[in-house]
Amino acid sequence: MTNAEIRDVILNILEGITPDDDLTTLKDDAPFREQLELDSMDFLDIVMEIRKRYRVQVPEEDYEQLASMASTVAYLEPMMKDLEKV
Amino acid sequence: MISTAREVERIVITGIGLTSPNGNTLREYREALLAGRSGVSDYEIRYVGKTLAGVCDYDALKYQKRKEVRRGTRAGSVGIYCAHEAIADAGIDWENVDRGQVGVYIGVTEHGNVETENEVYSLKGYDYDISFWSHHHNPRTVANNPAGEITLSLGITGPHYCIGAACAAGNAGVIQGAQMLQLGECDLALAGGVSESIHTFGIFASFKSQGALATHDDPSRASRPFDTDRNGIVVAEGGCIYTMERLSDAKARGAKIYGELVGHAMNSDATDFVLPNPDRQEQCVRKALGRAGLAPEQIDIVSTHATGTGLGDIQECEALRRVFGGSQRTRINNTKSYIGHAMGAAGVLELSGNLPAFEDGVCHPTINVDRLDPECELPGLVIGEPREMKKVEYILNNSFGMLGINSVVIIKRV
Repeated sequence: MTNAEIRDVILNILEGITPDDDLTTLKDDAPFREQLELDSMDFLDIVMEIRKRYRVQVPEEDYEQLASMASTVAYLEPMMKDLEKV
Repeated sequence: MISTAREVERIVITGIGLTSPNGNTLREYREALLAGRSGVSDYEIRYVGKTLAGVCDYDALKYQKRKEVRRGTRAGSVGIYCAHEAIADAGIDWENVDRGQVGVYIGVTEHGNVETENEVYSLKGYDYDISFWSHHHNPRTVANNPAGEITLSLGITGPHYCIGAACAAGNAGVIQGAQMLQLGECDLALAGGVSESIHTFGIFASFKSQGALATHDDPSRASRPFDTDRNGIVVAEGGCIYTMERLSDAKARGAKIYGELVGHAMNSDATDFVLPNPDRQEQCVRKALGRAGLAPEQIDIVSTHATGTGLGDIQECEALRRVFGGSQRTRINNTKSYIGHAMGAAGVLELSGNLPAFEDGVCHPTINVDRLDPECELPGLVIGEPREMKKVEYILNNSFGMLGINSVVIIKRV
């Protein structure tokens, strides 16, 4: 998966988790929490969806890496670059 | 000490919010009942396959964001819809209500089965690795979930909990609300019951194994209490929540009053897990009448619990025959024949279907009785066509459940 594809995956996951938010204006470098109505349960949903779709485990100590789109993609790149997008 | 509603604070119903398989407002629901319109339809659910159910089509997004629907449960969503509708119907100035003095008391037959089944089903796809088990499972399945979701939606900071009372739960929620108002635990009660039961395959499968799941080629004719050819229960979802207030408070704000809770009773059979006991049912009805200070001849309408099972219907009719057999005045009907068995919502939903009789003077009929079972014959049973009545003063509502739980409420026209 390219970084753009990883971004698409995260965007698709976010669409499911926060269906009332407009994601077209999402700024990649700004924290999700400043732009979207996300709470801790929602972040766990992101982790769970990544796990379910790609069997990629994000350990709890790394959750802070998922703060923004840019940091999420950068964090996931080494784990997902060799995976096919589903 | 609380002995009767009349000796302490009088409690009244001032608003009604509901969703039924045949209506999403009291008006729609009442029109369907007077027109003989069923809400039962074809339905399919995992493992069970094709079956029948009472399905609601209320607009969940009227009071919830899509995210809230996703986060919560169907029972919570039904509760939120009904609670908002009840408050709007009551004409309460919600923005200026002390939310800490609002109590939420919601009857449920069961809760958590839907979410647990869904999670186990999903987990199978991950070879039962529990790292794929949802973190939403606990907040969705705690027994207070539907009531709690209502408090979250409305910013209510008073007490909330659910009353687990099998199929007597709707009445039990109403009784609990009244008692908490009398105790001063709250100034406004949101009380009633909800059902999400059509979303759990287990309830269908269990009734099927018990030989108590209704089947019929025509869904609208499947739920047929008192009919000789009845063959079981049609499971339904739904909800009904009342705003309940002390009469003095309701009068002070000039509220519309649907009726006053003048009598109620609950008791237990202590005889069997599933088979009802007409002796205890009779006692429960007489206890409610006694607390209301009423004779059977004073009750205008009896809203029965009968679900369409072979023995259950006969048992209730036996209990009612003993109490109301000599009453010339009393008319008896059954609302499950239209909507199926809405479980935790059934009692309060069926009562609500009858409350407009205080205004229109009509007893809606039991439908789908083509051949009345001789063992279900009752004087005053209204079948097929609505029955015009001179004036309706008192409605008595039965609601019974598994493990031998019985409940009766009596509502007086105000």
